[in-house]
Amino acid sequence: MSDTAFIAPPRRAVRLRALAAFGAAFAESPAALAGALVFVALVLAAVFAPLIAPQNPYDLAKLSILDARLPPGSVAMSGYTHILGTDGLGRDLFSAILYGLRISLMVGALSAFVALIIGTVLGLTAAYVGGRIDSAIMRLVDLQMSFPAILIALILLAILGRGADKTMIALIAVQWAYYARTVRASALVEREREYIEAAQGLRLGHVRILMRHLLPNCIAPLLVVVTVQMAHAITLEATLSFLGVGLPETQPSLGLLIANGYQYMLGGSYWISIYPGVALLIVMVAINLMGDRLRDLFNPALKR
Amino acid sequence: MIAFLIQRLLQGAAVVAAMSLIVFIGVYAIGDPVEILINPDADQATREAVTQMLGLDQPLWVQYWRFVQAALQGDLGTSFVFNIPAGELILERMPATLELAVTATLMAILIGIPLGLIAGLDQERWYAKSILAGSILGFSLPTFWVGLILILTFGVWLNWLPVFGRGETVSVFGIEWSFLTLDGLAHLVLPATNLALFKIALFIRLTRAGVREVLPQDFIRYANAMGIHPARVVSRHVLKNIMIPLVTVIGIEFGSVVAFAVVTESIFNWPGMGKLIIESINRLDRPVIVAYLMVIVVMFVIINVVVDLLYAVLDPRVRLGGSNR
Repeated sequence: MSDTAFIAPPRRAVRLRALAAFGAAFAESPAALAGALVFVALVLAAVFAPLIAPQNPYDLAKLSILDARLPPGSVAMSGYTHILGTDGLGRDLFSAILYGLRISLMVGALSAFVALIIGTVLGLTAAYVGGRIDSAIMRLVDLQMSFPAILIALILLAILGRGADKTMIALIAVQWAYYARTVRASALVEREREYIEAAQGLRLGHVRILMRHLLPNCIAPLLVVVTVQMAHAITLEATLSFLGVGLPETQPSLGLLIANGYQYMLGGSYWISIYPGVALLIVMVAINLMGDRLRDLFNPALKR
Repeated sequence: MIAFLIQRLLQGAAVVAAMSLIVFIGVYAIGDPVEILINPDADQATREAVTQMLGLDQPLWVQYWRFVQAALQGDLGTSFVFNIPAGELILERMPATLELAVTATLMAILIGIPLGLIAGLDQERWYAKSILAGSILGFSLPTFWVGLILILTFGVWLNWLPVFGRGETVSVFGIEWSFLTLDGLAHLVLPATNLALFKIALFIRLTRAGVREVLPQDFIRYANAMGIHPARVVSRHVLKNIMIPLVTVIGIEFGSVVAFAVVTESIFNWPGMGKLIIESINRLDRPVIVAYLMVIVVMFVIINVVVDLLYAVLDPRVRLGGSNR
């Protein structure tokens, strides 16, 4: 351990410096910085929802139907002020949104992550192995990408049925191809570089070359795809839940909260649908602002 | 050209065949529609009779073979719920969806491309920047939530526009159309806007990116140096060059508009195929689900072939199926 500790610092310092330079370039755009800060705040709010939320929205014993559909800012029977009002069951909307945000972000991030791994492995394999395996994988990518995401998700959910795990499977199925295509494109370029040839000349194992040499150099464009796809996954999940084919009622994500409020909207209780929607909108704008900046940073055509 | 067309049509047929197998096996592996269709108190004999009548007692491959044979004759099965041919049911709902999708696509083209041109040509001006910022908002707004906001604003609060169904329709060649009556047009405005919004944002970005790419090129500089009127440079030199990628995207996006109509139709109670598929999924009406998916797949294949042909017309450098391939 002692000698690695001796070698490690310069390397880590190099990496840290690169990271700092990247952070500084990213923060040059105030919009992107604001997006990143809002996103971090939202993630923290979602993670610590049980501590922040004034009420546990799943605890039915705490709900009183007498408090149902209170407009924002009203004071409930218990004397508590509901800043965003209550929903049709008398649930505090602010708490429900925090818990909904938790579910939405979790489903979106988890499915993006699994899709990232599947897509990266397939894309790297396609580029590195080439030949028949490459064309088989890319044929599958083409087939998947020639149909709109919502259609594929609907087909899968029609087959699998409703549920959190099934929704995630559908989200992964519509995302992996984007990662696979991106990784393959950059890996095809990197494969021809000298360092790969050197690694092959040293007779390193294929897996080692793939993971230690090829993969790290293909990560930058992936970062852009991750942000874009995560935003897609979150909207798609909300849409599917809104249509009643996504998450079950017991795990109300933001989309389901909006759907539940829809029935009261025409009666004038607009806030039950509107505020969860605003929360969803803030998430999307924050992620898209970050994604835009990342795309600019990684686009070689725009390099100064 | 003809060789190319035949090749593409054969490829399309292969995709349709593959999708039919996947969709059929997937959809027919789920649930038991008999449970939903008949009275829970029905005795075993009735149950078996219904199962037999629907052909559900046969092995899956027999069911699939029967489906393929019937489908080739234009029969996509009979809806379990409505008890009329599923193909007929879809075709009946299709004009409503197509009407909505075409209107939305036209709106996206007519609004998105000019705004994208402005955003690309005057990049540093405040209005160009606000168009670009607006397009981020357009990307971020979930379609279904925008639909709710539109209903709330224009239907409930302002009470300007109807938000429910197609309104009055006129029958032309035996098909009902909304856009030919004033009432129908009023009903079309909000759903079409809702469906178009995301595509407007997309076209703004694509057009802008295309303009940014074309502007620094030599032929534009040359055209400007020759003193050609800026409007003519934009229309003849810039627009023509960005049209090629745009047409491809418009074609592909039209398919996605048809698919996303599922959401808009559900919100605005627009009686199209999208609303039908959601209802059918909830009722396990397998023949309708399969028929809808088959119709959509065929539609996509046709769109793709048309896009390829347009591509060749617009770009003389593309020689379809020629020896240079």
